[in-house]
Amino acid sequence: MNNLLSRATPYIQATPLALILAFFLLLPILLLVVVSFWDYDFAGMYPDLMTLNYEEVLGSWVTWRTYLNTLKFAALVWAITAFVGFWIAYFLAFHVRTTTMQMVLFLICTVPFLTSNIIRMISWIPVLGRNGLVNTALVNAGIVPEPIEWLLYSDFAVVLAMVHLFTLFMVTPIFNTMMRIDRSLVEAARDGGARNWQIIWHVILPLAKPGIAIGTIFVVTLVMADFSTVQVMSGGQSASVALMMRNQMSLLQYPAAAANAVVLLVLVLVMVAGILRIVDIRKEL
Amino acid sequence: MTEFTERKAGISRRNFLKTGAAAAAGAAVGSGAITGFPTIWAQNPITLRQFGTGVSNLNAIAEKCKEDLGITLEMTATDSDAAAQRAVTQPDSYDIADIEYWILKKVFPTGVIQPMDTSRLTYYDQIVPLFKTGKLLPDSVIAQGTAPHTVGFVEGPDSTTFAAGETGWFTMVPTIYNADTLGIRPDLVGREITSWADIMDPAFKGKTAIINVPSIGIMDAAMIMEAMGEITYGDKGNMTTEEIDATIEFLIKAKQDGQFRAFWKSFDESVNLMSSGEVVIQSMWSPAVAAVRSKGIACTYQPLKEGYRSWGGGLGLAAHLEGAMLDAAYEYINWYTSGWVGGYLNRQGYYSANMESARNHMSEDEWGYWIEGKPAQGDILAPDGTVMETAGAVRDGGSFEERMGKVACWNSVMDEDRYMVRRWNEFIAA
Repeated sequence: MNNLLSRATPYIQATPLALILAFFLLLPILLLVVVSFWDYDFAGMYPDLMTLNYEEVLGSWVTWRTYLNTLKFAALVWAITAFVGFWIAYFLAFHVRTTTMQMVLFLICTVPFLTSNIIRMISWIPVLGRNGLVNTALVNAGIVPEPIEWLLYSDFAVVLAMVHLFTLFMVTPIFNTMMRIDRSLVEAARDGGARNWQIIWHVILPLAKPGIAIGTIFVVTLVMADFSTVQVMSGGQSASVALMMRNQMSLLQYPAAAANAVVLLVLVLVMVAGILRIVDIRKEL
Repeated sequence: MTEFTERKAGISRRNFLKTGAAAAAGAAVGSGAITGFPTIWAQNPITLRQFGTGVSNLNAIAEKCKEDLGITLEMTATDSDAAAQRAVTQPDSYDIADIEYWILKKVFPTGVIQPMDTSRLTYYDQIVPLFKTGKLLPDSVIAQGTAPHTVGFVEGPDSTTFAAGETGWFTMVPTIYNADTLGIRPDLVGREITSWADIMDPAFKGKTAIINVPSIGIMDAAMIMEAMGEITYGDKGNMTTEEIDATIEFLIKAKQDGQFRAFWKSFDESVNLMSSGEVVIQSMWSPAVAAVRSKGIACTYQPLKEGYRSWGGGLGLAAHLEGAMLDAAYEYINWYTSGWVGGYLNRQGYYSANMESARNHMSEDEWGYWIEGKPAQGDILAPDGTVMETAGAVRDGGSFEERMGKVACWNSVMDEDRYMVRRWNEFIAA
């Protein structure tokens, strides 16, 4: 009896979490998959088992182009946020001496996050617009003869806004892993005659990899799932996967949107699996 | 979806409690055998649940209705696609459907809306002929698209197919409508704008926008293409797949040439594009033009020689209404068309379907400015009291008859709707 109880204990302990995950994660995903095979018209959805939704999603050049476009945004935003995030974290972790100051500066990084996502995004419009701050300054200073058009409602604007929104998601995990790097390793490298860039390249960067990987997962999933930034900053000129889904949902084509969501989910999971294969993040957690 | 702005009425917690109590009382009335008219509602309050596309879901109307009839209106605003779905899938969730005619075309055949007996409509004879014969004036040409009169009548009380002409059984009482055109910044376009084709002028490259709501955007595109002489549609409101292909390919080419600055989806986006000067000519709705002007920025709702794209909505009765609830619904509709609401809508720049009664609720100057196209004598005020126009101003496009007499096409639902939406998404992704 005692033996049975002790064997059952871990299962009982895991039950609450398992139930929560099953109810709030597995069940919705399961429903999503089921609905993606249904038929629909404007009035409703009809239980069915048809692959037409997937054929329409995968067979259309719009989907492929949209995915390509979204991946392009993901790649650009990732590269920029990783670069910027690494140096901010490096500065915070290795150049700021006192822990208090580190925390103060880190909190300053998070200040913009006290306002809403949408507001931070929309604030770019009066800055970048044809008659916005940047263009007015450039024209008045005589640097350009007329306003630069591609500052707003362009891919540039989308990437800029995303970098602004998502850099902190890179800074935080990198900063976290950097704080755990044993300082004596840096001293040992210096004693061994390493230059500054060699320390960064051969010591800090490899040890910060798990942080970069976690940041990457954040940034990539956020960009892949974004629709409002793309819609607002491209002026509706550019498409993203989530935007395509939102269009379908606003037209009540839920099964089509569900099929799209399943495809996106699979793609993102594959990407995350790839990242986890390259970097063992558990080593640092 | 036309002119959708977020307005919800009666959703505050206090109101909710009140209307909840009223609903209970209303149900009590409905179950009793009570006959008789107007005063009854004040003593035994009744609640009508109205849902619709938001243009005419105005708090002021609900308040005035409560005051005049004692009927509590519970209003819910949704976008047009959700409205169509709700009308069909949840027919018991509403008593009055406030929807556009093209939505009615989809919804009515499913049997969720009951036809109205025109003999019970006090003001039926005063409803403008546009909604009965399709002609505003005897010599008007009937416009393309889902013209309201084509879905306005059925043969009998149980009929679900539309009749060809006036029958005495009305599907919806028309309440609100308007003629849409392009909005321009007269100070920035630098020349006269006379045609829908002007939006494609290379001089405006990168300074134009169109609406990104497929069913409306495709119509604006059709007006543009026809004006350019690229194509002549059989019916702009019901294109063949070839016509859809031609239209979308034309749009894709224009997009890739950089003709458009943006595609807007919501009212405020169109206002910001225009007032910031990002765009100088674009698809627009009349309240958006008013909003730009109220910032002191010149903006004209430019009449164009090819005519207007028009839209209209009305009130329909849910099929489940009967007895006292049905009586109350008829009384509400008769009140709606009796003038106060008409004046209110006219003063917002929309049009009322009963002009005669609306006139009694407008000043001579307001009637002259909004309906007759005369210069304003004094300040023209919005319903909330802010000054919209000052003395001397003339409404863009002129009088009611000039504007509604030049409708080229009504908002519509196409037989090839699903195909059109798919191609429209390709245009946005291209």
